Amino acid sequence: MKGSVRFENVTKRFGSVVALKPLSLDIAPGTLVTLLGPSGCGKTTTLRLIAGLESASEGKILIGGQDVTHLSATYRRVSMVFQSYALFPHMTVLENVGYGLSVKGAPKAEVRDRAEAGLDLVGLKGFGARLPSELSGGQQQRVAVARAIVLEPEVLLLDEPLSNLDAKLRRHVREEIRQIQQRLGLTAVYVTHDQEEAMAVSDRIIVMKNAEIAQAGTPRDLYDRPASAFIADFIGDANLVPVEVTKAGETAEVRLMDRTVSLPLAWHAPGPAQLVLRPHHLRLSREAGPGTIPAEASYAAWLGNSVQYTLKTPVGPLFVITPPQPLPYMAGETLHVGFEPSDARLVPAGS
Amino acid sequence: MRRTAGLWLLVGLAGYALLPWYMVAGGFWSFGWVTEITTVSRPAALWAVDARPWLALPLAGFALALIAIVLAKSQLALARGLVVAGAAGLALMAGQGLLILGNRARLDALDGAVQPGMGAGAFVTAAGLLFLLTTGISGLGRGRGDAFITGLVGAIVALVGIFVFYPMSFILIRAFELRDGAGMGVTEFLPRFLSPSVWSAACLTGSGYCGAALNSLLLGLATATGTTLLGLAFALIFTRTAFPAKRLLRVLTILPIITPPFVIGLALILLFGRSGTITEFFADMFGWEKTRWLYGFWGVWIAQMLSFTPIAFLVLIGVVEGVSPSMEEASQTLDANRWQTFRRVSLPLMRPGLANAFLLGFIESLADFGNPLVLGGNFNVLSTEIYFAIVGTVADPAKAAILSLILLSLTLGAFLAQRTWLGKKNYATVTGKADSGRHAALNDGLRWTCYAVALPWAAFTLILYALIIGGSFVKLWGYDHTLTVEHYVRAFAVVFRNGVHFTGAAWDSYFTTLTISAIAAPLTAAVGLATAYLLVRQNFAGKNAFEFSTMLSFAIPGTVIGVAYVMAFNFPPIELTGTGLILIIVFVFRNMPVGVRGGIAAMSQLDKSLDEASIMLGANSATTLRRVILPLLGPAILAALTYSFVRAITSVSAVIFLVSARYNMATSFIVGRVENGEFGIAIAYASVLIVTMLVAIIGLQLLIGRRRLRRSDRVEAH
Repeated sequence: MKGSVRFENVTKRFGSVVALKPLSLDIAPGTLVTLLGPSGCGKTTTLRLIAGLESASEGKILIGGQDVTHLSATYRRVSMVFQSYALFPHMTVLENVGYGLSVKGAPKAEVRDRAEAGLDLVGLKGFGARLPSELSGGQQQRVAVARAIVLEPEVLLLDEPLSNLDAKLRRHVREEIRQIQQRLGLTAVYVTHDQEEAMAVSDRIIVMKNAEIAQAGTPRDLYDRPASAFIADFIGDANLVPVEVTKAGETAEVRLMDRTVSLPLAWHAPGPAQLVLRPHHLRLSREAGPGTIPAEASYAAWLGNSVQYTLKTPVGPLFVITPPQPLPYMAGETLHVGFEPSDARLVPAGS
Repeated sequence: MRRTAGLWLLVGLAGYALLPWYMVAGGFWSFGWVTEITTVSRPAALWAVDARPWLALPLAGFALALIAIVLAKSQLALARGLVVAGAAGLALMAGQGLLILGNRARLDALDGAVQPGMGAGAFVTAAGLLFLLTTGISGLGRGRGDAFITGLVGAIVALVGIFVFYPMSFILIRAFELRDGAGMGVTEFLPRFLSPSVWSAACLTGSGYCGAALNSLLLGLATATGTTLLGLAFALIFTRTAFPAKRLLRVLTILPIITPPFVIGLALILLFGRSGTITEFFADMFGWEKTRWLYGFWGVWIAQMLSFTPIAFLVLIGVVEGVSPSMEEASQTLDANRWQTFRRVSLPLMRPGLANAFLLGFIESLADFGNPLVLGGNFNVLSTEIYFAIVGTVADPAKAAILSLILLSLTLGAFLAQRTWLGKKNYATVTGKADSGRHAALNDGLRWTCYAVALPWAAFTLILYALIIGGSFVKLWGYDHTLTVEHYVRAFAVVFRNGVHFTGAAWDSYFTTLTISAIAAPLTAAVGLATAYLLVRQNFAGKNAFEFSTMLSFAIPGTVIGVAYVMAFNFPPIELTGTGLILIIVFVFRNMPVGVRGGIAAMSQLDKSLDEASIMLGANSATTLRRVILPLLGPAILAALTYSFVRAITSVSAVIFLVSARYNMATSFIVGRVENGEFGIAIAYASVLIVTMLVAIIGLQLLIGRRRLRRSDRVEAH
């Protein structure tokens, strides 16, 4: 299957350091899959294994259904956009974009035409004669993308492609990358440590931690059904409150402080667990209501489109985001905090 | 892989069947052998069928490779086949070469088997077998499966093995030779190694002369201490004061590097020798007795100080500049004064650099040959003793080998100390971050101390160089100061009669020197940079050992390597003495570590993702090297070229053993004139050499330097 990527129990060790525990994954053709995780989690190693820049210690790697485990990077039909862009500083933009074609021995005219078409695709028509150093960061980044896609790779790899751009430009460029990927129907593997970026561009996200996959799924899946406290906290903010599950099954009941809350979600077994409460799901008020918890606002920050509070409560500190109110609460004020049971999620205790 | 292997198989077979196997008279490039290809200059294929059946052995390797290429079903089977074939072929080839040499065979069973030294055919055959082996190794997944990388590693390992380790093993073996040709044995080794004539400390108690080893050791310590302190003074003046003539100081630091080694010694003789200017002056004015004090420890020491202070300076200026200004500013904001800041912050941060400069000075002093030769007198050091053990009236190779071992253990010890003890300690605080602070100025006391030490020394150096130029224009310094160009005429006369005739005595060696240096320089740069590329950019098993062995020849004194080459390459299987090739080879492997270091420094500054981007775009390693890395390495290439060219011209220690009537080098010609007391012509020749090197350096700068500026502008803006 052209454009698919498959790992079968791939392991990578550097000396005695395990960079990747036995890992299996499948990437469907034409999708954009993000490898997301904190630094040192193995996401870049995974990307470089697909690229052929590292060789697997064990296991099998298939690209487009073909075993490429021992094929060198030169001969894999895979292109990569580097974090530093890695544009060759001694070549013009056009020479950079045409480099891959020219080392394959394509005729000069064809190299130029296709390189220009590539520049056109990323909106840099007419910049071909410049040196990379004469372009802005965003333009350099687009040259890097053009250089990678003129070879019509089976798989496009992107290694934190936006980390050298400023925040405003980042949103713009990631939309562009996503559009090009969809227009050309490319399989793309995207590495980032920024969860918002990952949510914005991906068909699927593979979250990695400690050299293995923590959870994989669509952005929606990960947000709505986190499998662990790590995922809940990493994908969108979360308050994690330790609770005791008293009844498990199709629905669950938990003890929170001195009352019982029933949650409309399935849970496997009674015992300790953690309640996931998203900051914007928490409701604040000056009056106590059914099921509310008393709280003291210890810190308040007004951000214009929202207000953020840190609360001291009997179940531990809680972080709350509310829309701006006409009469904002002050730090030190005594409040009551509540939530809809249908908004809450459960994850296993510990870690 | 099958294609690459097939190609090398064809290359190897061509060498085996078409090129003369042995060295040919008149040299390969004269192509005189073409007409003798079926008689005296036969290829191995023809020798093997009648006179020398053992030459059929390498064919076994090719046969195995052919079987693997034709029959192997899987990549892995092919790779294993090639490894076996290449290794077997090389082993058989080396075996026959080492067993049957010259006019005798080592085994009685082979009685009557004779053969001369290997030549072009053998070289190409060996290369074919070697690359079959490395292609196979790459097929086993080593070097990321890249045949170019494994081939490069294989080629450099083979070259270093043959031209560094193989000759050095001869020193080790011959050190166990017994006196009077009584064969080999361990009985005499230790007594001679520890002999009082080598280690005697009699001079310290005033009861006679010291042994050469102790002399070398004391001289090394004295020179290292002196050059480190002087170098530090210069470095401080350069970076921490507003001294107005810094540019002149820079020139003074370059001059000794492009000066042939014994020229400084000669200039010292002209000043302080028995009929030297200053000696005469004090004799006339105060009636001081004219003595020969210069010939001995003090003369050699002063000459070495002049020669090696620039090296210490170049090391230390990097270190002194590398101390982060922020730390000095932090110290000052904590209310330390300038002296306290220097004493308690800057100086401790420079300590590893100082130790580094000290060890370098120590190694250089021990390896120095030119200065002790000219000024040593009765002060014997190891390097000259080794020389005299080989060329003296009674040649004693075993003594030379033992002294070489002693010298080698001293320099290797210092080299190892430098690497293990200092390797990881580097407080130089240059980071990628722009450090905008300013270095603290020196306090007055320290500043004036530096001035007082360094400036008279600089003036002294200047006077010496003025003397070198002046001395070449007078009849006989100290006796007859009539101005003359006689020396230049004798050395460099050109007669225009029926064409141009270079009749001067020096022309032969001058042209030879330039030709050989010009051939050796690009080769040195290529080998050095290729090694640096492998070390910085590639990962392979045994990389540390590889790095160590390539840097090793840095610690081998020239005299030792000269002796080793004479011992190893004077007879088959590799018979090179008397050729120009051996001079080129000795320069390449003597100067390679500098190319490696420069290349490593330059390549570490190139972002690795540039290579990876090129690889990802479908270029192989060779293309990446050619189209991405080399164009960005301009300055490093320039430095490696310049350095190896200059070193080839000024080198004397190794060369003096290897020159021949046909291939004489400038330095050995000058040594000959010095030994005959013809100082005028020696100095005239040296001046011409200095000017030649200056022209070459400036020419190279113009040739590569301009491109470099443009490139580096681009890199910086990246």
